[in-house]
Amino acid sequence: MQRKPELAGGHASPSAHDSALVSIRGLKTYYSIRGSFAQRLIGREAGHVKAVDDVSLDLGRGEVLGLVGESGSGKTTLGRTLLGLVPATEGSVVFDGREIVGLRDRDLRELRRKMQVVFQDPHASLNPAMTIEQSVGHPLEIHKIGTSDERRRRVAETLDTVGLSPPEQFMVKYPSDLSGGQKQRAVIARAIILNPVLLVADEPVSMLDMSVRAKILELMLELKREFDLTYLYITHDLATAKFFCDRIAIMYLGRIVEIGPSRAIYENPRHPYTKALLRAIPEPDPRRKVPRDLPRGEVPDAARPPLGCSFHPRCGQAFEVCGWETRDLRDLLEQRWAHQVEEQYEAERALFDDISVLDSSAVHARLRTGRGVPGAALAGLLGSIRDENPSEPFWTGVEQVATETDAVDIRWREPLSPRATGVGDVQVECHLYDDAALEEAARRREEGSPHTTVGGTGTPTRQGAPEGSA
Amino acid sequence: MTAAPVVSVRGLRVYYGTLRGTVRAVDGVSLDIGAGEVLGLVGESGCGKSTLGRGILGLLPDGAASKGDVIYGGRNLVGMSEKDLRRLRGPDLGLIFQEPMTRLDPLMRIEDQFQETLEQHEPGLSAREVRKRSLETLGRMGIPPTRFRQYPHEFSGGMRQRIMIALALVLRPKLLIADEPTTSLDVIVEAQILRILADLRRNFDTALLLITHNLGIVAEACDRVAVMYAGKIVEEGLAGDVFAEPAHPYTRELLRSTISLDTKELHSIPGAPPNLITPPPGCRFHPRCPDAMAVCPTKEPVEQHLAHERRVFCWLRGPEQAIPAGGTSPLEREEIAVAEEA
Amino acid sequence: MSTPAGMGPSGWRGARRLAGVRRAFAPVAEARGLTRSMLWLGCAITLVFVAIALFAPVVAPYDFDTFEADGSRFAQLEAPSWDHPMGTNVQSTDVLSRIIWGTRTELKVVLVSLLFSISIGVPLGLLSGYFGGKLDRLLVLFMDALFVFPFLLLAIVIAFLLADRVGQGILTAAIAITAVYIPLYFRVVRNHTISIREEPFVEAARALGARPFTIIRKYVFFNVVQNVPPLATLNAADAILTLAALGFLGYGIQPTQGAEWGYDVNRAVSDAASGIWWTGLFPGLAIVLLVVGLTLVGEGLSETMNPVLRKRPTGTVDFSSDSGSEAAGS
Repeated sequence: MQRKPELAGGHASPSAHDSALVSIRGLKTYYSIRGSFAQRLIGREAGHVKAVDDVSLDLGRGEVLGLVGESGSGKTTLGRTLLGLVPATEGSVVFDGREIVGLRDRDLRELRRKMQVVFQDPHASLNPAMTIEQSVGHPLEIHKIGTSDERRRRVAETLDTVGLSPPEQFMVKYPSDLSGGQKQRAVIARAIILNPVLLVADEPVSMLDMSVRAKILELMLELKREFDLTYLYITHDLATAKFFCDRIAIMYLGRIVEIGPSRAIYENPRHPYTKALLRAIPEPDPRRKVPRDLPRGEVPDAARPPLGCSFHPRCGQAFEVCGWETRDLRDLLEQRWAHQVEEQYEAERALFDDISVLDSSAVHARLRTGRGVPGAALAGLLGSIRDENPSEPFWTGVEQVATETDAVDIRWREPLSPRATGVGDVQVECHLYDDAALEEAARRREEGSPHTTVGGTGTPTRQGAPEGSA
Repeated sequence: MTAAPVVSVRGLRVYYGTLRGTVRAVDGVSLDIGAGEVLGLVGESGCGKSTLGRGILGLLPDGAASKGDVIYGGRNLVGMSEKDLRRLRGPDLGLIFQEPMTRLDPLMRIEDQFQETLEQHEPGLSAREVRKRSLETLGRMGIPPTRFRQYPHEFSGGMRQRIMIALALVLRPKLLIADEPTTSLDVIVEAQILRILADLRRNFDTALLLITHNLGIVAEACDRVAVMYAGKIVEEGLAGDVFAEPAHPYTRELLRSTISLDTKELHSIPGAPPNLITPPPGCRFHPRCPDAMAVCPTKEPVEQHLAHERRVFCWLRGPEQAIPAGGTSPLEREEIAVAEEA
Repeated sequence: MSTPAGMGPSGWRGARRLAGVRRAFAPVAEARGLTRSMLWLGCAITLVFVAIALFAPVVAPYDFDTFEADGSRFAQLEAPSWDHPMGTNVQSTDVLSRIIWGTRTELKVVLVSLLFSISIGVPLGLLSGYFGGKLDRLLVLFMDALFVFPFLLLAIVIAFLLADRVGQGILTAAIAITAVYIPLYFRVVRNHTISIREEPFVEAARALGARPFTIIRKYVFFNVVQNVPPLATLNAADAILTLAALGFLGYGIQPTQGAEWGYDVNRAVSDAASGIWWTGLFPGLAIVLLVVGLTLVGEGLSETMNPVLRKRPTGTVDFSSDSGSEAAGS
C-alpha cells in the first residue's frame, strides 16, 4: 500500500527563484464575453471574465502543487494558460527557463514534449476513433520519434508501466471497450510517453469511482518517483489534495487566496474561505453531522466580481474595509424575505420603490421609497433589520445612512483590495492578516457616524498566531 | 422503525434486456422507508442504485422490466398501469435528478413552473393559494420571493437545484427519491443542499431515499444506510452503526478506499464490479473479497439480522448451520490483475 | 517487456483500417425491427438498380437509341408485347432498353455529383468549423446564399452556363447537381466539427503538440465523417429527382448523349392524353422506385448511426433465471 509521502520541511517552498521549474508572475487570463445578439451586431463586447486575475506562484522541480478551488475559481484556466492552451492576457510564465506567454504556436509545440496534461473526463479525453495503441503512440508520431516498430515497442512498454498489462490485449482496443479507470490509465500513458518533466493533472480522479481513485493516485505517485515528474494537481477535492500534494494553493474567483505547505493549510487554515472549504467536505464519520455554519450563497459571477475582497459577501469574519456595497444589501434583504410569510414580505417590499438600483455595483445608493412612504419608514426598517442581528458583518461596512423625504441615501466605506501577506510559511490574501487594513478599519470605526456603530463583531485583531488545529 | 413504512419494497427485480443478454441491474432487493426518515443508498457506479430508485417509481427505460412488490399506500406499484402511476407521481412520489438545468423548462418563469405543477395535481387551488404555497416552499429553500418571476438561466447551479427540490416538495410528496442530487455542485453548495435535505424530515415529514456514491454524504445526512453491490443490497442499518462497524466486507473495503481528510494510506479494492449479465455465483462480492471462504462462491448468502434492525448478507455472519462442512476455510483463487478495474 | 507478436506492418495497417470501417458500421448490423427491414428493402431495391446499370449491355435488349432491328424499323408507340415488353415510344425506341440504359445514366450522374460535392463540401466544412474566424464567416455566408437559392433554378442556371463549354452531357448535369448539394455537406460537417473541436480529446491533441492539420485529419475527420453516409444516401435520392427534373425541363442530358428518365417522361406527357400509358408509366415508376430505395437506405442509416435518433437495441428480459433468495416473496 502507498504511504503518504513525508512532508519534509525543506521542500515546502522553492527558496531560490532559479530552482523553480515553472515561475508565474502577475498572470492574467481574461475571457471576453459574447454579448447579446444586438450587442454583437453593433460590434460591442459585453466585457470580460477575469478567469485568472494577477496570479504569481512558483512550482519547484519534483514538487506536487495542489491548485484547489470550486468551479469558476479559474484553476482550470490557470492550468491551461500554463500549458499555452489559452493565451494569457498579461504577465509571465517561465517554464524551464523559457517564457511561454506570447510564444508562437510552432515553438510551443516543441515545448509540449516537456509538459503534458491529464484531463478530468477519461471518457472524452481519448479519440473514440483511435485504438489505444494509436492514441498512446500518437505523441511519438507527432514529434517524429522512432520508427513505427520502435514506437509500437514504446507504447507497449508505457502501457505496461501504467498497469495496462498485458499490453497486447489493450493496444487493439478502442476507448469504448475500456472502463473509466483503464481509460484514465491510457490517458496517463499518453501523457508520459514523451518523458515530460511537468504533468498538469486536471481533476484526474474526480469522475472515477471511489474504489478506483486510490489506484490512479497511487499510479501517479509511482510515476512521479520513477520519472522525476513535477505535478500541478488541479482539483476541487481537498481530501485527495491533502494526500497527494506538497503545497496547496487555494483559488477563489481568479485569485490565489492562500498558498503554503500542505500541512500548514490543513492543520491551520488561515483564510476564512479555506476554513469553510475544509468544514464543508462530507466525511464518512458517523459522529459528524451536516455542518451548519457554512458560508451563504455561491461563487459569484466572475464577470461582475464583488468589490474589495471577492469572498466578503460569504465571509462571516468580514469587516469595515472588505468591500461592502449595494449588492450585499440586496442579498441581505432577499435572504430576509425568503424566510418571511408572504404578507410580511409584501408589506416590507412596499416600502421600497425599485430595488434593482442595488444591482449595479457601487459604494453609494439612493433607495427611493414606495409610493407615499416616507423615507423615515424605510430607514426604520433598515434600522430594525440591523437591530435584529447586530453581528451581521454587513453593517460594519455601512458608513452613512441619510434619511430624505422620499428616499434613503446609503454610503458604504471605500473598499480595500486584499494583499498577499505572509503568515508563518503561508501567504494569505485576507485583510484579517494585514496590519494596515486592520488599522484602517479601526480608524474608520472611530470616525464612523453614530448611525453605524457596530455591535457584536468585536474588534478584529491580526490573526497571526497559530490557533491550533481547526 | 416504529411506524408503518411509507414504502415497502419486497424482492424487487429490475432487468434490462440487451442483445448480449439480460442485465440484472436490481436483483431481489427488499427495503422499507419510513415517514420522516432519510435512507441513504450507496454503491459504486453500475451497481444498480439509480435503477432501483427509478424502479421504485416505475420509471423504467425501454427494454427494462420489473418484478416483485413495491407497496405504497396498500397498493403494489409494480404492474400498475402507467396512467395510475402518473397520477401518483408528484403528489405522492417525487424524484430529484442530478442535473437540475435539464429538468427545468428554460422558457418558463419559475412562477409558471410552480403554477403548472400545482394546477395539474391540485386543480382546486386558487391563484392566491398557489402563490402562497410556492413562495413558502421556495423560501424554505432560501429562494427569495423577489426572484419568483425569473427564468431558470438567471439562477446559479445551486439555486436551480433548490428550485428543483422546491418544485418536488410543493406537492408535499410522501416519498422523495433524490438521485445524486449534489454531484454536479461545489462542495460548499453541496453541504447547503444536504442540510436542506436532512432538514426535510423535520419540515415536511417526507420519506427520503438519497442515492449517492459519496459515503461522506450518507454519514452526515442519513438516518439509515443501505449498501448496494452488483444489484443486491449487502448491508443495511443505522448510518452510525454501519460506518462505525461495517458488518459486510464490501462496506468495510469501500469505507477504507474512500479518500478523506483523515486518509493516511491509500487503499483500494482489487478487481472490478462484475458484469450483471452473468454475475458470479454465490455471493457476488466473493471474487474481490479479502475474507472470502469456501462457501462463498457456492451458496448465496442468507439475510442475517443483527442488533438495531441491522441486516447483512454475508457468510461471515452466519448462519453457521447453513454452511456446509469445510465451508469456512479461506477461498483459494488466482491473483487479480491490476488493470482489471472499474 | 514483450512486443505483441503478429502481423507485419503492412498487413497490420490494412487490417486495422478495415476494423475501423467495420466499427463505424457496427450499429447497422445491430439494427432491429422496422429499421432493419427498411435497410434491407432499400438495399435490395438499390442493388437491383446498380446491377442493372452495371450489366446494361447484357440485360438491355437494344441500345438506348436503337429504333430498328434486322433492318426493319420498330413500330411507333407500340403497346407492350413479347418483342417490346414495355412497348416503344414515339421515336420507335424500346422503352425497356431506354429504362435500363437510363439507370446507368442516373447512377453515373449521381455518383459523380456525390463525389464532387463530398470532396468539396466536407473539407471546406472541416476547415471552416475548426479554424472559425473570418474564413468561417465568409464561407457560411457564401454557402447560405447558395442554400437559399431555389435549388432547381440554381441547377438550371449552372447547366445553362456550362452547356456552351462542356456540352450537355453527364459531367454538366453532375456539376449542376453538385453545386446544389455542397452547402448541405458543408453545413453538416461544419456544425459537427465545431462541437468536436470542443471535445477534451481535441484539446489533448493540441497539448500533445499536434499541428492543426494533423488534428483535423486524425481527431476531427473520423468523428465527423460518420454523418456523411446517411446524408449522402438521402442526397442521392434527391439528386435523382433533380436530374429527372432537369431532363424533364430540357436542361439535362441531351437525348443524343444517353437515355434519361426525366426526358422520357417529358416526351410521354403528350402520349398520355391519347391513352398511351406505357411510355410515361415505366420511366416514372423507375424514378419512384430508385428514389424510394435510396431513401429507405438513407433513413435506415441515419436512424442507426445518428446517436440522437438511434435507439439502443434491446433484448427480451428473462426473469426465469435463478435469482435472489428473496425473489418475489412478500
